[in-house]
Formats: sequence, structure tokens, C-alpha cells
Amino acid sequence: MVYAVRVNGSLHKVEADGQTPLLWVLRDTLGLTGTKYGCGIAQCGACTVHVDGQPMRSCSLPIEFVGSAEVTTIEAIDDPIATAVQQAWVARDVPQCGFCQSGQVMSAVALLRAMPSPSDSDIDTAMSGNICRCATYNRIRAAIHDAAATLRGEAV
Amino acid sequence: MTRRSDRPRRRRFRIARIFGIAGLLVVAAIGLGLVYLLYPRPVLQSEPIAVETLYAQLESLQPVSAFDTIVEPRLRSVALFEEVGRVLQSPRCMNCHPATDRPTQTEAMWPHMPWVSRGLDGGGEANMRCTTCHQAQNAEASGVPGNAKWSLAPIEMAWQGKSLGDICRQLLDPARSHMTREELLHHMAEDDLVGWAWNPGGGRQPAPGTQDEFGALVAAWLETGAQCPQ
Ligand code: FES
Ligand code: FES
Repeated sequence: MVYAVRVNGSLHKVEADGQTPLLWVLRDTLGLTGTKYGCGIAQCGACTVHVDGQPMRSCSLPIEFVGSAEVTTIEAIDDPIATAVQQAWVARDVPQCGFCQSGQVMSAVALLRAMPSPSDSDIDTAMSGNICRCATYNRIRAAIHDAAATLRGEAV
Repeated sequence: MTRRSDRPRRRRFRIARIFGIAGLLVVAAIGLGLVYLLYPRPVLQSEPIAVETLYAQLESLQPVSAFDTIVEPRLRSVALFEEVGRVLQSPRCMNCHPATDRPTQTEAMWPHMPWVSRGLDGGGEANMRCTTCHQAQNAEASGVPGNAKWSLAPIEMAWQGKSLGDICRQLLDPARSHMTREELLHHMAEDDLVGWAWNPGGGRQPAPGTQDEFGALVAAWLETGAQCPQ
């Protein structure tokens, strides 16, 4: 079946079985390989994308349920919050191997959109579905605080 | 003189012969090794692993008529509820009626992975809504179960760790169940999130019987005075 999916602002026609995970469409059909395949069973968060602004696990989102929603991937997040997160990530040198990081960034951006000044426990709760096998959790948490401070106009 | 000058030559000859033999042996060994390594042999083929398909064991419910033989109405009502309880206390129902803010999962009722919490509305915390992973229907590739209303029962309706009698009294208390008896019957007999329990897919064990049979048992229990076990 042919599905029309909106990804990063453009409409793509995709021929796929309805149960094909959005992740496979993004990576294999559209060539957007910034979104990673970690576990495929909604356990790790590496495949996190935004669907109508909400963080979602694309490995567990069959293409037939995407409908007319706007999908945004790591390649296209672009607003002051995303910029602040990216800069904080660079300044803190957050990634180690980097595999989980596009998912971490997508979840962090969604968190700061919903909660401009998250506490440690807000961050832990919101990021609990994003696993990092290199255990960069402390740097992730610090970078989210830094990005929040930058967005509040405070010096970091 | 002659014998003396012959000696080193003979020794050199012997050494050369020893090295020659050793060299031949090495060459022969290498040759044999190469023949062994390069000899064409069938390439190992991948073999399908015997996957144990988890055919869920179907459990049935007794029909309402099976309780007609219990003459005393109060006892009949209690017996009907005990049959209803086989569904209520199945992991399919209990997993989303936890006693904490965290659901459980699988037949073993493990803590939900990843870590999630009920949030304000039972649908998860801001960044970790149930819908982050659970869609309107089961997702085949990831095995993640789904329903449009996927969420936790309110904490006042926690069932885990409670006796069947306590669950019964809780159901009948509108302050905790947030339901009238009619709404309760509707929730049990017709709600499609509840109905997922009988069609969980993915090798998961369904709740006993069918939703229709279950609904008939709940209706009969309510009609017989909605009596609770101890
Ligand atoms: S790949 Fe989707 S959660 Fe791991
Ligand atoms: S940086 Fe290696 S998995 Fe997170």
C-alpha cells in the first residue's frame, strides 16, 4: 500500500506494508539515517522522533498509524530550544560512542519544550526511556540544565 | 692432512642434509596444510532455529447457567463473582491496575520496562506518555501492545495485592471505582480497552473466556445482589 507521510516538512509517498515501522521507512526508504535502530522493541529510545511535536519511538510506530501527522527527525530539528540543546551537547562533550545520542537529543528537546526549567527528577523521569550503553547520563543531565539556563538568558 | 681437511667438508654436508630434510618436511607440511585448508567443502548453511511458538493456552469461563444450581441467592452471587474474579485477577487486567504508579507487564507481571509512571491522568508523564510507544493497535514488528485508550486505571482502583473480596467492595464503591453499576457493567462488558484482554496478540495469554461471557457473568452477579466474597 502507498502511504503519504510528512517528514521534515515535505510529503513523501512510500510504498510499504502498513505494519512497517516508521523507523524503517525513515532509514531505508528516505535515507534519514540520523535516527538509530537500537532494539526495535521500544526499550532503548535510539529511534526517537517527534510526531506532531511529541517524542515517539519510531520502531514501534507502524506507518499506517502515522496518518497526516508531521514527523520530525534529528536532521531537521531547528528552533532556539534545539539549538540550545545542540550547543550544550557540544560544550559538555556529551556523546561517547554517539549511538544513542540522536534519540537523547530528540527527547531532551521535547522535554524543554514541555518544561523550560526541569529539575533533576523531571529530567530522570522524562529521559528514562533513553538508554545509553556508554552511561553518559550525568553529562546528558548537565547539558539539559545548561540548555535550560541558556534559554532563560543565564550565562552557563 | 687429507683426513683433517675432509672433516669440515663432511660436517657441512651433514648439516646441509639435515636442513634439507627439515626444509622438505616444512614444505610438505605447508603443502598438506594448504591442501587441507583449500580443499573444497560444503559451506555451512544457516539453519532455521526451532522457535517455540507460544500458543496461548485458552482458558474458558463457566456460563451463567452453571451457577443456577446454587439455590441460595447470596451464595450464587458470590460464586458468580468468583468466576468474574478469574478474569479480574488475570495478568491482562492486573498489569494496568497496579498498586503503585508503575504498571507491570507480561504474564509474570514484571515492573514495566522502560521505567514509566502514571502521571496526572494515568496516561504517563510529559515526555513518557503511554503513546510514546503504545499505538492505537498492537505493533507487530516491535511486539508492543496497543489500544487507543492505553492507560492505567486510577490508583483508587489498584487491584494488585488485594484480595478478591476487597476488589469486589472497591468496584461497588463509586468513590473509588468512579462508576455507577451501569457504568461498571458497560466497562466490563463493552469497553474496548478492557476487550483487548481477550485479544492481546503477540503470544500473550488472553483473559479467560470471552468478553461477552464475562459481561454476562458480571450482569448476573449484579442482578443477584452484587455480593462479595470475604
Ligand atoms: S530502537 Fe526504538 S526504542 Fe530501541
Ligand atoms: S553515547 Fe554510546 S550509547 Fe550513548
